[in-house]
Amino acid sequence: MDKRLQPKRKGVNYAKWGYIFILPFFVTYIIFTLTPQIMTIYNSFFENYRSGLKQIGPNFVGLKNYVSLFSPDKTGSIGMLKYFGNTIVLWLMGAVPQIIVALLLAVFFTSYRLNIKGQQFFKTVIYMPNLIMAAAFSMLFFTLFSPVGPINQVLLAHGIVDKSVNFLGLKVSVRILISLMNFLMWFGNTTILLMAGIQGIDQNMFEAAEIDGANSLQVFFRVTLPLLAPILVYTIITAMIGGLQMFDVPQVLTNGKGTPDRASMTMVMYLNNYLGTSKNYGMAGAVSVVLFIVSAGLSLFVYNMLSKQYRQ
Amino acid sequence: MRSNSQLQAGFTLLPKNNFFVNLKNAWTDASINIPRGMLNSFFIAACSAILTTYFSALTAYGIHVYTFRLKKFAFYFIMAVMMIPPQVSAVGFIQLVYKFHLTNSYIPLILPSIAAPVVFFYMKQYLESVLPMEMVEAARMDGSGEFRTFNRIVLPIMKPAIAVQMIFSFVSSWNNYFIPALLLDKAEKKTVPIMIAQLRSADYSKFDMGKVYMFILLAILPVMVVYIILSKSIIKGVTAGSVKG
Repeated sequence: MDKRLQPKRKGVNYAKWGYIFILPFFVTYIIFTLTPQIMTIYNSFFENYRSGLKQIGPNFVGLKNYVSLFSPDKTGSIGMLKYFGNTIVLWLMGAVPQIIVALLLAVFFTSYRLNIKGQQFFKTVIYMPNLIMAAAFSMLFFTLFSPVGPINQVLLAHGIVDKSVNFLGLKVSVRILISLMNFLMWFGNTTILLMAGIQGIDQNMFEAAEIDGANSLQVFFRVTLPLLAPILVYTIITAMIGGLQMFDVPQVLTNGKGTPDRASMTMVMYLNNYLGTSKNYGMAGAVSVVLFIVSAGLSLFVYNMLSKQYRQ
Repeated sequence: MRSNSQLQAGFTLLPKNNFFVNLKNAWTDASINIPRGMLNSFFIAACSAILTTYFSALTAYGIHVYTFRLKKFAFYFIMAVMMIPPQVSAVGFIQLVYKFHLTNSYIPLILPSIAAPVVFFYMKQYLESVLPMEMVEAARMDGSGEFRTFNRIVLPIMKPAIAVQMIFSFVSSWNNYFIPALLLDKAEKKTVPIMIAQLRSADYSKFDMGKVYMFILLAILPVMVVYIILSKSIIKGVTAGSVKG
């Protein structure tokens, strides 16, 4: 950041070009993101939905949408908290094994003592699922695990089960399937990030630890992990922000219903339901604001880390 | 062609004639026009990839090279909004699209990609590592205009970064489901993910399963082919916009 071009010749104002070059970005951002963001917050204070063919509102209702968002429904459960909880549970079920596996793989493949060949090939293979269309991946799991699908056929043929298992009708199996898909799609990405992190650590540290007689386990817990901590935190927080947006996989797997018993309904699926035929912009706005606050809070961590790196 | 029960009874490793029968059935399906969907998705994804990389490079160059009063503010603003998920402004976005009668149009799916904070951040980091200021100065001495310098000298230097981000942006647009599903309801405008989700909401038991698997294959194949060809540069881009080690 030290070398900046200063206008050298008299009469040429280069500053103007800075504004011109960044103008398209900011105009687009203001039109397609900032304005909609403000409209979303504004909407959350209004009653505005469609009931059959009738349009109700928009009428100003203050915080009523937020109150109803956090009040118990007929079954006594608070929808918003339930879906927030679902999102967190589904995320954790995928993210915890993902981080453990990624950490192990990253340490293994970057170990200078083992000096493993074929890193590039390995990265290529584990990253591939990340590019698969989530909707298609979910549809594939749906057909594979349906009561008449191949998984059940195999289980039946080998006598492991007597009658086909309805994987999509059980809370546990639906959640496991969703987490498994998320795990498969994201562990490669995490592994590559952590590998880059480990490779960024000064190799002398490892050598010094070894000379001091540390074993692999000690090296991992005393050297690798503490030095990797910032990147690990970054990876976890960004994964969490991504997890909050979980939509495609459970949406397609459960046909938007979050079955069974809304146990796989995520926050964004809930938002999507309000945006559907009912066009309940008031409630959708309130859900968005909650989602915004949570992700903005998490973003603050990432922002601080990246800006610190920039000031250095 | 094998019946559903035969198909579900087991797998064979090599595609046989059934593969081409399934391909033909899927390709010519009356209710799900997959070739059209792939064309639509390709068009949106290609346009988004071009816009997002060009304008992110332009913005990064603007902030990297010039000194102006709002420079710092602009940079930290983009960093601050980088992680905000797009879903949280969806309500206002949809209202805006309805207001301007742009449902079933690709404009609201393509134009917003001009402002892509993460791509900007990657381009900015890349510029810092590859662009010597002397080069910009030399171009000026030779009387090159500012836009000309960017388009003719800087863009070619940024080619590797542009290629990586083009692929990422293409893939994320190709796979994008949330917003397009809310905006596109005409059959001939639908994109691939919407069609896949439609398969799920249809009564699948009536479906020829060979055809369903073929639809899924067609949805993911183009991206996989590109990936296998360009995997090396894609892997390099994975660490984009993250903390340096």
